[in-house]
Amino acid sequence: MPAVEVEALRVSFGPVVAVQDVSFAAEPGEVVALIGPNGAGKTTTVETLEGYRRPSAGRVRVLGLDPVADRRTLAPRIGVMLQDGGSYPVLSPERAIRLFASYYDEARDPAELVELTGLASVASTPAKRLSGGERKRLALALALVGRPRVAFLDEPTAGVDPAGRLVVREIVSSLREDGVCVLLTTHELAEAERVADRVVIVDHGRVVASGRPGDLVTGGRDVRFSAPAGIDVAALASALEAAVAEVAPGEYRVDAPPTPTTVAALTAWLAESDLPLADLRAGRQTLEDVFFRLVSERAGSDGPGEHAGDEPVDQ
Amino acid sequence: MSRRALRAQTVEELRMTVGQGERLLVTFVIPVLGLVLFSAVPIVATDTASRVDFFAPGVLGLAVVSTSMVNLGIATGFERGWGVLKRLGTTPLRSSTLLLAKMLAVLAVEVVQVVLLGAIAAGLGWRPHGSVGLAVAAELLGTAAFAGIGFLLAGTLRAEVTLAVANGLYVVMLGISGIMFPLRRLGGFAAVARLLPAAALTDVLHPALTGGVGVPVEGWIVLALWAVATPVVAAATFRFE
Repeated sequence: MPAVEVEALRVSFGPVVAVQDVSFAAEPGEVVALIGPNGAGKTTTVETLEGYRRPSAGRVRVLGLDPVADRRTLAPRIGVMLQDGGSYPVLSPERAIRLFASYYDEARDPAELVELTGLASVASTPAKRLSGGERKRLALALALVGRPRVAFLDEPTAGVDPAGRLVVREIVSSLREDGVCVLLTTHELAEAERVADRVVIVDHGRVVASGRPGDLVTGGRDVRFSAPAGIDVAALASALEAAVAEVAPGEYRVDAPPTPTTVAALTAWLAESDLPLADLRAGRQTLEDVFFRLVSERAGSDGPGEHAGDEPVDQ
Repeated sequence: MSRRALRAQTVEELRMTVGQGERLLVTFVIPVLGLVLFSAVPIVATDTASRVDFFAPGVLGLAVVSTSMVNLGIATGFERGWGVLKRLGTTPLRSSTLLLAKMLAVLAVEVVQVVLLGAIAAGLGWRPHGSVGLAVAAELLGTAAFAGIGFLLAGTLRAEVTLAVANGLYVVMLGISGIMFPLRRLGGFAAVARLLPAAALTDVLHPALTGGVGVPVEGWIVLALWAVATPVVAAATFRFE
């Protein structure tokens, strides 16, 4: 049984459709990242799984249960990290974690969680005096204190410094090893590529692509490289017998299949012209390339769509 | 219901109340200052032989308004604004347990208020003679009525608005409740004021603590109606987000 199932989910707030049509599933021990721009419908999707919103159409299940109807059965088994807020500003991490631990029958040791989330040095500082990153890690600790089987982490790394990100990434990895299903949202593609087993790309309330990050980024149809700005692209194009464009100053794209022949011809031409090669990507895009290609394809074919809001809309 | 959760939540609710200056100001400093100042200094003419005989029952009513409406309402409003209530909604803590913890914390604060204010009033020469049972019943009905108002504000308005409205109501209640001066001074308006919960509470506390000149039936009825109505309306309108 999948830990999380979303089938043809649609969520609207009055006339505003936040989620149009989203389907995906996540297994125990799997880390799935919902990625997409602000307003894509990520938070609304997650909050429907958490039981805060009701589907207007479609169906969601968490551990086979209905998040709204079976709230009491699910509550001890899920861990929730809201996009922001959610903890008492006057409580220190130590007190807040201890308080939340009292809600669960088999809570984790609060002291150990403080250590794990890197909050030991601020364990007795009221939350309102913590940095943004520390507050995120406190919210993460509160999400994990009840040993959840499914963890919903809404933007766990937004505004978190590199050291904090590392902590979050390590925690997510250990959750995966423990068989916990982790569903996280982010608009940072590099982050999703690092932590997720699978990404679901959402835009305007619809899934535009999903798959393993490695699968999504292979199959590039071109060769990209970086070199000094303003090289003679016409000369290079005739040498390679393929179109060459300077897509940004110093960033070039060759519209040719990423074969060894093309790469060899490119590097030979650069060597003859005495030009340095700063970066070369053949047949592999970043998730960012995929994301922007998908989103711009949709924008091209779609026309003005219905407005979708990432933020929960107040009724 | 988990007793461990109830105990931990009640302790934290109490610690959050006594750990914050602005919350102690409204629950302790204002009632104590009011009692001492008005009893010691002839600012207001009372109908009683000694001023403290008039002010002590009223201030014991005021203490209930401070704790159950102002303190509880504002704290709950901010918890809603900060997303704490939303977050608690996905923990196994039930809303009934949270409510019980909040009310136990309110009652604990009120017990300390009553002991402290009673001791100060005794020091100022107050010798209550009446029915402890009736006074406790009045305080409990008042707690229900004003906690209902506090939750009604907290569950429907933005936190900053709850803060302003709760404080505003507090001043209004203070002014036209018979706490600071006998209600009949208000003339024709006194009848209207008596329909409000603060005046009803003072109305029943005065005879309950002074050996009673008859039972103020109207006051008890008004207070009991408020004690039922505001929690019911609050429960029906409360929004956790």
